[in-house]
Amino acid sequence: MSLKKIHDHQPESFEFSKSNLELVNGILKKYPEGRKKSAVMPLLYMAQRQNENWIPLAAMKYIAKYLEIPYIKVYEVATFYTMYNLAPVGKYFVQVCTTSPCLIRGADKIVKICKEKISSEENTLSKNKLCSWLEVECLGACVNAPMMQINNDYYEDLDEKNTLEIINSLLQDRPIKPKSFRNRTSTAPEKDRPIINGGKNA
Amino acid sequence: MPKIIINEKEIEFEKGMTVLQACELADVEIPRFCYHEKLSIAGNCRMCLVEMEKSSKPIASCAMPAAEGMNIKTNTEFVKKARKGIMEFLLANHPLDCPVCDQGGECDLQDQSLFYGFDKSRFSENKREVKDKYMGPLIKTQMTRCIHCTRCVRFAEEVAGVPEIGSVGRGENMEITTYLEQSMTSELSANVIDLCPVGALTSKPYAFEARPWELKKTESVDVMDAVGSNIRVDTYGWEVKRILPRLNNEINEEWISDKTRYACDGLLKQRLDAPYIKKNGKLIKSNWDEAVELVTKKIKSTNPEKIGAHIGDMTSIETIFALKTFLKNINCNNYDFREKNLYINPSDKENYIFNTSIQGIEESDLILLIGCNPRHEATIVNARIRKTFVKNKTPIFSVGNSGDLTYDYTLLGENINDLKNIFDEKSKISEKLKNSKKPLFIIGESALELKNAKYILDETKNFLIKNNFINDTWNALNILTQNASTVGAIDLGFYNTEDKNNFIFFDKLKNKDFKLLYLVGSDNLEVKKSDEFIIYQGSHGDKSAEIADVILPSPSYTEQDGLFENLEGRIQECRKASYPTNEAIEDWKIFNLINNSLNKSDLFNDFLSIRKLALKEIPNFSEIGLLPKKNKISNQESSVVISGEEIEIKLIDYYFSNSIARASKTMSDCRDVIHNNKKNGTNN
Repeated sequence: MSLKKIHDHQPESFEFSKSNLELVNGILKKYPEGRKKSAVMPLLYMAQRQNENWIPLAAMKYIAKYLEIPYIKVYEVATFYTMYNLAPVGKYFVQVCTTSPCLIRGADKIVKICKEKISSEENTLSKNKLCSWLEVECLGACVNAPMMQINNDYYEDLDEKNTLEIINSLLQDRPIKPKSFRNRTSTAPEKDRPIINGGKNA
Repeated sequence: MPKIIINEKEIEFEKGMTVLQACELADVEIPRFCYHEKLSIAGNCRMCLVEMEKSSKPIASCAMPAAEGMNIKTNTEFVKKARKGIMEFLLANHPLDCPVCDQGGECDLQDQSLFYGFDKSRFSENKREVKDKYMGPLIKTQMTRCIHCTRCVRFAEEVAGVPEIGSVGRGENMEITTYLEQSMTSELSANVIDLCPVGALTSKPYAFEARPWELKKTESVDVMDAVGSNIRVDTYGWEVKRILPRLNNEINEEWISDKTRYACDGLLKQRLDAPYIKKNGKLIKSNWDEAVELVTKKIKSTNPEKIGAHIGDMTSIETIFALKTFLKNINCNNYDFREKNLYINPSDKENYIFNTSIQGIEESDLILLIGCNPRHEATIVNARIRKTFVKNKTPIFSVGNSGDLTYDYTLLGENINDLKNIFDEKSKISEKLKNSKKPLFIIGESALELKNAKYILDETKNFLIKNNFINDTWNALNILTQNASTVGAIDLGFYNTEDKNNFIFFDKLKNKDFKLLYLVGSDNLEVKKSDEFIIYQGSHGDKSAEIADVILPSPSYTEQDGLFENLEGRIQECRKASYPTNEAIEDWKIFNLINNSLNKSDLFNDFLSIRKLALKEIPNFSEIGLLPKKNKISNQESSVVISGEEIEIKLIDYYFSNSIARASKTMSDCRDVIHNNKKNGTNN
C-alpha cells in the first residue's frame, strides 16, 4: 500500500444531486442534534458513488461546509480509509485481495494477470480507460480464496484461467456475472465433496 | 480522597486525574511525547506505558483514569521492556541527524532515548522519507523527523482555534500537514515549535543560529502588548537569539504570541547607537557632551509651558517616574502617554484595568465585548477567552464587529444604541444577563476613542454596580489596554486631563503650543513637525527619530531593568538580558545627565531608589507579580449618550505595531504573507 495520491486534475465544484440530497438528509436524521459531523463517512461514500467512484477535493470541501466541520477533518478521514478513492478509477474497478489466505491460494498470480492485462501500476487506468485495479487487504471472503471484488460484486474461487477470462470480458465491456468459479453456493462445500454430519447442523 | 498505590507507595489523588498525573504526585517520572498538560489527551505515542496489577498488558498512563485501589508499577523489568520497545519503534523511522538538527540539546526524543531507549536498532530496512511542508515564515519543517504525537494538530484546533493542521494517511504513510501548504492563520502559531518534542517543527528565524547550551537565559516579561506574558530571553553575547515562553498559569499559561516571540530580531536592526544632532536637515553622529549641551540650552531657553513630553508604548515604570520627576524639576506640566484620543478616567484604579484578571475569564458565564478585538489587541487574553468558550461553552456577545476571533460570538450590533439597549434592559441578552452570575464586560480602546467614550465607561460601571456584578468576589468591569506602558503611566499620573477636557495635551499639540517636544521611546504619536525642537530618546530609528532634532540613544527592553504593569494592574519585572548598544545609556541616567548640566545636581542616586519611589506612587500596589489590592467601589455620575454613533473597531497593524516589530524582518515577512493571502484570496 502506498500513500493515496490526490489526483492532479480536480473538478472545480461538486454538489450532491437532488436524489442524493434526500438520502443525505435521511442519513443526518440518524444522528442526534449537534453530532452531524459523525455523518462524514456515509457522506463521503455518497459523494464517491455520485462522482464515478472517486472523491474530488471539491466534494470534501462541500461536505465540510455541509456538516460545518473544518475541511482538514474531512480530508483526514478521506485519506485514512482505503476504500475512498481519491483519483479516478475505471468503470470496472478491480480490487484483488492479497491477504494471507488468498495469497496462499494464489492471489499473486491474479495480481500478475492484472499487471499484464490492465496496467503495470496500481490505480492506473487501462489503455481503453475502462478498467483499473488495486491490491487490497482482506475482503472477508477467505473461505472462497482467492477472490477479487469488481465494483460491488465478489468473484470467488479464482484461478489463472478464469481470472484471465473475467478481465478480458471487462476490457471488452461485457462483464461475466459474479459467482464462485468452482460452482459453490456461497460458502457451501463443492457438490462432490462429502458433507459433514450429512448436511445437518452439528 | 481516593488512594492509589504507585511503586508500593500509597498516594492520595484528586478525582478525575489520570494515572500519569497521579504518578507525578508521587514524584515518579513517566516519559511521554504526546501527552501535554494544556492539550487534550491523545494516547498515541505509547511512551507512558506502566504496569498495572491484574492487567496482563501494560497500560497507557496518560489516557487511563486513576481509580481507587489501583496498583501501579513503573520500575519493573516489564515496564522497562515496554518502553524500550516503543522507543525502538519510534526511532525506526527517525533519522539520526541530531548533529544538524536544531532541536539537539533540548529534544525530548534525544533525552528520553538516552534514559529509556535501547542501544541499537534491529531495524535494517530503509527509513521512510517524508516531504517537507511549507508552514509560513516562522515554522521550519523537517517532516521525516516527525513521530506523529499530534501535539501540533491538537494545539491548532484547541488553543489557536484554527483547525488547519491535520494528520493524513495512515500507518507508515501518515503525515502531518497543513492542507493548503500555507502558514497558519494564527497569532499563536509558533507555539507549535515549543510543543514539538522532536525537530520536525523548528524555528525558521532561529535556524542554525545557536545551540541551547551556549545561550544565556534571562527570565523577563514581554512588552509587545499589555498582557505582560512571561518570557525567557536567550542571548548569545549581545544578541538576543530567541524568546521563549515561561509558564505562568495566571497570565499566559505556556503560550506567547508570534509578535512576542519573533519581534526580537528587530532588536538587532535600526538601532540608535550614538547621539545624533540634526544639522542642515541631516542627522549627524555626535557625542553625549554635545547632545546634552544642546538639549540643556534648548530647555533653558524655552518657556516650561511650551515644553511637552510624551512616552512610548514600551516605557518602564521607572523611566516614566524618572521623566516625571525631571519634568517637575523644570516646571513642565505638559506630558501624556496616550498615542491617540483615548478617554481615561483615572479617579479609581478599576476604571482602567482588567479587573476580572486573565485567569478569572475562565470562571465567567457570559462575555460581552464592547468595541474590542482581543485577537489582535491582546492575543493571549483572546486565547483564554477561547479556552473558556471551548471548555464551558460560555456565550460570547459583541457590540462592534471584531471579525474572526477564532471562536463564535453573537454580534449585537455596531451602534451605540445597541449598547444603550443593554443598559436599559431592552436588549435580547438582558434576560441572559439577569440569570448570569459572573458576566464579563470587556471595553476595548476602540470604544474609548469614540465620542461616547465617557458614556460607555460610566454607564457600564453603573450598570454593573446596579446589577451587583461588581462586588467583593467578582468585578465584571474590564478595560483592554493595548500598550505595556499604559496602566503604569496612568498609575503614575503621566497624563494631562481636566474635568471637561480629557485631551489637553493633544489640543496643545494640534495648536502647535509646544516649542520643544521631548519624546521618550514614543514612535506611535502623530506629530506634524513644524518649527518645534524635537528631542527623541529611544532605542530604534523609527518614525520619531526621523523628525527629531536631537537623538539620545537608550537601551531597549531587553537591555535595561524595568517594571511593567500589565493590563490587570500586575507589576512584573523585566530584566536586563544583554547590554546597551555602543553609546546608549539607560534612560534614568540620561535624565541625570541633562539635570546635571541644567543645575549641577543628580536627579537620582541609583536605579533601585527610583524603583522604590515609583512603587510608592502606585495605588493599590500589593507585591511584584501579584494582582493589585481591591478598591472600595464608587458609582460614577451618570452620563448622557450621544445617540446613533457607530462603534467601529480600529484595525491595528498587528505585526507592525511598535518600533521593534517594525524593524524586524520576521515580522515584515509575516505581514507580507497575510497581505498576499488577502490579495489572491487563498486564505478561505
